[in-house]
Order: sequence, then structure tokens, then C-alpha cells
Amino acid sequence: MNKPDYILTDDLQLAVDAAITLERPLLVKGEPGTGKTELAIDVARRLNAPLLQWHIKSSTKANQGLYEYDAVSRLRDSQLGEARVKDIANYILHGVLWDAFTTDERAVVLIDEIDKADIEFPNDLLQELDRMSFDVYETRETITAKHRPLIIITSNNEKELPDAFLRRCFFHYIEFPDRSTMSQIVHAHFPDVKKDLLKAALEVFFDLREVPGLKKKPSTSELLDWLKLLIADDLPADALGAEELRTVLPRMHGALLKNEQDIHLFERLIFLHKQRQR
Amino acid sequence: MLLDYFYQLRKAGLPVSTSEYLQLLDGLSQHVGVLDLQRFYQFSRLCLIKDESLYDRFDQVFNEYWSGRESSFDLNIDAIPDDWLKLADKDALTEEQKALVESLGGWDKLMETLAKRLEEQTEEHHGGSKWIGTRGTSPFGHSGFNPEGIRIGGPGGQRRALKVWEQRRYQDLDGTKELGTRNFKVALRSLRKLTRDGAADTLDLKNTIRATAHNAGLLDLKMRAERRNNVNVLLLLDIGGSMDYHSALCEQLFSAARAEFKHLEHFYFHNFIYEKVWRRNQRRHTDTVSIPELIRTYGKKYKLIFVGDATMSPYEIAAAGGSVEHWNEEPGAIWLQRLQQHFNHNVWLNPEKDTYWDSTPSIRMTRQLMHDRMYSLNVMGIQAAIDALKTPMVARSPLDSE
Repeated sequence: MNKPDYILTDDLQLAVDAAITLERPLLVKGEPGTGKTELAIDVARRLNAPLLQWHIKSSTKANQGLYEYDAVSRLRDSQLGEARVKDIANYILHGVLWDAFTTDERAVVLIDEIDKADIEFPNDLLQELDRMSFDVYETRETITAKHRPLIIITSNNEKELPDAFLRRCFFHYIEFPDRSTMSQIVHAHFPDVKKDLLKAALEVFFDLREVPGLKKKPSTSELLDWLKLLIADDLPADALGAEELRTVLPRMHGALLKNEQDIHLFERLIFLHKQRQR
Repeated sequence: MLLDYFYQLRKAGLPVSTSEYLQLLDGLSQHVGVLDLQRFYQFSRLCLIKDESLYDRFDQVFNEYWSGRESSFDLNIDAIPDDWLKLADKDALTEEQKALVESLGGWDKLMETLAKRLEEQTEEHHGGSKWIGTRGTSPFGHSGFNPEGIRIGGPGGQRRALKVWEQRRYQDLDGTKELGTRNFKVALRSLRKLTRDGAADTLDLKNTIRATAHNAGLLDLKMRAERRNNVNVLLLLDIGGSMDYHSALCEQLFSAARAEFKHLEHFYFHNFIYEKVWRRNQRRHTDTVSIPELIRTYGKKYKLIFVGDATMSPYEIAAAGGSVEHWNEEPGAIWLQRLQQHFNHNVWLNPEKDTYWDSTPSIRMTRQLMHDRMYSLNVMGIQAAIDALKTPMVARSPLDSE
């Protein structure tokens, strides 16, 4: 699959470089839709390293990233008198970090949306991320990383992360891209987008983000969706009303605004604007 | 020099620790974040600051510390690492390029000019033909056209204005800023902390037994999600005059978080709590609820949050008949303490700047009555208040006034 390039701003580039050189986990925060998860995928692709993803849910426990001992299946097997029940190792399920520690090359590990988990979750991983090794009590072995993986952690800020955990990470806040970065991003995704269409679309997009009181500001991923629609319909730029931008509702705004109230608000603004122009 | 910088950050109240400082040094010794102040800024922020709401404060300290000291950082030719100079190895040049180098007075001359220009230049430069910067034809800088150009800074691409930290782009993210629509969302998230705590699953014993029996005695574990959203909030808002805006904002904030609470009730008062509150401001004189009724209706489990500027005459708190609107038989302080005794999880959010708190007698009094559980109405304050709400206030006798 030919994925479009991810645009790294220079400060983000430095953050990734530092995380690789100094072998520290990199914690990435930012508005939704600024490509936090994409970053890990892209870094793995550039490094040509295997990517191991660990998506965190509210019920995820730290242990699950290391290993799980499936005692229930073992109990079941023992009731059925299976032979494999004798070896406990048969019931140790490997987690993402186990796999990352034991691959033969340096892996990239994505711990996605760490803030979704329990408050204690990051603390439970401190030792493992620091020493890059952990013990398996059931089989009395120690798993140590052959190559320290590059760990990228994303957070949506739903919970505060503990200080001890933060101290061990590099922290980078992805800002919302400015106009020039944004047009680079769009170009990477749609290399042959018409120039005037792009210009008009970006104008609408950034204007829209300025509208006060929007419940959900449109983000990069929504812009890309919207552009995809526009390109698929092969609309000329003036269909967006590039000249009198604010006097017409942007075409297919459903891709940009996800909230009924936002659309109402937007329509009202346009109405007011029309009246003022008379 | 760096140690000074580190202590400067600490003095500004930024939570930077020794281990993070060591990380910074470690990185610098491995040539990460060196070469110019811009990269150093990015790298030290990466290492030291772990919260975007502190970015703005960091920018300010950084600016204060490094303005006037830039020269000691990146314009010192001796500080350029050896391997960087190796990049400029003249053997790598083509014959044609060498000729051009000669035309500029030879290699040594070129390096000398570089040193000189580094000293002269004080601003970032793009384009042009003399100064060091990007996309120019000067021999120094990067992404340039001059064939013998020496690249300064990172691997090509765009660079932003030199002093990003002077633009203070993270002001809106500052947690100590007054609550407004912009940082609303962050406040909302901290509010959620009130309700989300602990892991989800517990063993459903009854179902496990039934399922195991169904399974002819083979164990079949059943789990169920732990009950959530069991937080009840009682919001008492000061309304009238300057408080209207803040109260409306607070109401919005809490209603937005509504789904997170089991129950959310709000009532209004004016200036201070007396014997009654009201639910709808338009009908404040006809549609009132007395405090005893409030206490009877809502159980102890409700978390009580006051929102008010607590700015008034001290009599309005301490004296009977002190209210500006009606004759109150008992002082407001007593009514407040009655509420506190019943709802022992309580806090007061105050939109007044906390620097005025000590100089306004009525705020001081209210704060004492609240046992210091008064917080600013901003993101940080709400966070602290939410933490405080998790523990009960130590109960005291209602008449034990300060």
C-alpha cells in the first residue's frame, strides 16, 4: 500500500530523533485529528521497523501488555484431562511488550490513548519501560529487551498522567498545523489537487475554525475527508464560492461539521452575514 | 550556565526535576538539541515540560533567561561540534565548486567569513545574498543555491521564525487563565475525573454460578462492568451583577458534563447563602426552596459546589439581618455551616483573582468558613477542587464560628 507521507514539523522531528537517540518513550498529545497515531505508523515505516500497536481501553490492565496467565483455560483443560495442562507455559499469553522485547530488530511500539486506562496504569508500567525487562512469575523467567524498542505513547488528555511516569518520557504537544504545514499535508495526501480548489478549501476550513462557539472544531482528518469528497466530485473551485466565501454554505459541510448545533450556528452566521451585506 | 537556567525554571514554579535535567544534559552530550537556540528551545521543552498548559510559562522564562544571552549559545564558532565541521569537508567538493571557493578567497577565508558573519548576524534570515539563513545565495545557511554553501542547522526543510517562544502561542493552554470558552474543554475533562476512577470489571458471582451449572460444571466466569456515573452534584450559584457571566459559564460547564453525573441539580443565591435558594432566576421570589428542604431532599452523597465571588460587606456573612435583599433572622455563616455539615464534600469556586482574596475581608471570611476549600475558577482551580471533592471536609459544630 502506498501511504501518503506524514509531514513532520521540525520540532516533532527533533522529538522523534531525541526519543531514538536517548531511548526514552515519547509521549504525544494534541487536538484530536492532528495525527498522533499516524506518527507512530509513519516512524515505523521510515525506520523500516515492525510496528506493534497497543490500543488502550478503559478496562486495559498494564499486565496485559506484558503477558497474561490464562488460569481459566487451564482449569477447564484440567477438568477435561488435557495433556497440555502440565506445562504452565502453554497458558502464558504474550502481550505487546513481550513481542516487542523479543523481536530480532528494534520495534516501534505504539501505546495508543494511554489516558483511557485506569489511573494506575502508567505507574504499573514504569519499571518495565525503564529497565526494558520484566519477570514472568509463573515460569520464573525474565524477559529482557534484545533491542530497546522505540515507544510512542499518545494521550487525549482525559486524565492526568502521574508525575513519575511523565518524568521518564519526552513530551511533545502537536500543535494544530498552520496554513503552510496544512497545505503540505494536503499535498502529501492528494498530490494532484487543483491549486485554486485547495486554496479555496483551506480558506473555508480555517475560517470555519475561527467561528466562535463551535462544539467541535473541524480537524485535519475532517479536512482530508472533505477534500476527498470535493475531489471525487471534481468540483471547480468557484463552486465553493471562493469569492464570496461566507455567503454560501460550503458544499458538503457534513464532512466538516459533525454536530447539528454547529451546523445551525454556522447557518445563522451566514444568514447574519448576508443581511449585513445588503 | 545551564544550572542557572534550570533553577530559573524551578523558581517560576515549573515542576522540573533533577532526573529531567540530567536527561537534558545527556541529550546535549549526544548532540541532540544543539547548534542553535531554536533546537535547544525545542529539546529543553521536550525534556523538561510535560504539560502543554505550562508551555506558555516556559516560553516566558525561556525568553527572559535567554534574551541577551543568545550570543553565548549559538553564535560561538568554537561551540560548533567537530563532526559538523566534517560535513563541510572540502574534499567532497567538485572541481567546479573548488574554483568557486577559490573565487571567494579560498577555504580558510571562507571559514573565517563564516565566523565573522555568525558574529554579525543577529536575526534570522531568509533569502538575500549575504546573511546566513535559508534559501538564499549566501554561501552559508541551508536549502540555498550556492554550490559551496555550508548548511547550518538541521536537514533542510522549513524553519520557523527564530524565536517561537516570544510569540507565546500557548497562552490559551495556560491552566491558570480565567475559565472561558476556549479552555472549556480542558476544564470539562478535569471534571470527569470526579466520576472516573478505578478499573471496570468485577466478578459476577451469581451469573458465574449459573453459567457454570449450564456448562455441566465446567467453570464459566462471568464479569460485569462496575457501576459508574454514581456521582451526584449540587451546584449553588451566586447570581446578580458581575457574577452573571461566571455563573452562566459554570452552569454550561456542568451541564456539558451532565452525562457523567447521576444527578446534577443547581440553585441560585445572591451574594451569600441564607435560609433559601431558588431554582429559576426569573421566579426567584415565588419559587424558592429552603435550605432545610435542600438538606432533606438531597442525600449526603451529593457533592456541593458553590460558585461565587464572595465579595460583599462582611456583615452580609456574619450578622443577622445582614442580607442586602431581605431581613434574615440568622447570619449567612450559620446557613453555610448547616449545608457543610450535611454535604461534607464541598468546595467553593471563586472567579475573583486569587491575589485579591487576602485583601477582601469577605473573601477571607468565606475562605475560613470553607476551611480553605476555595479555588479559582480556572482550569487549574477546577482540577484542585475536583481533587478536594474526593475527600470530605472535617465536620465541625455549626456554631463554632471563627
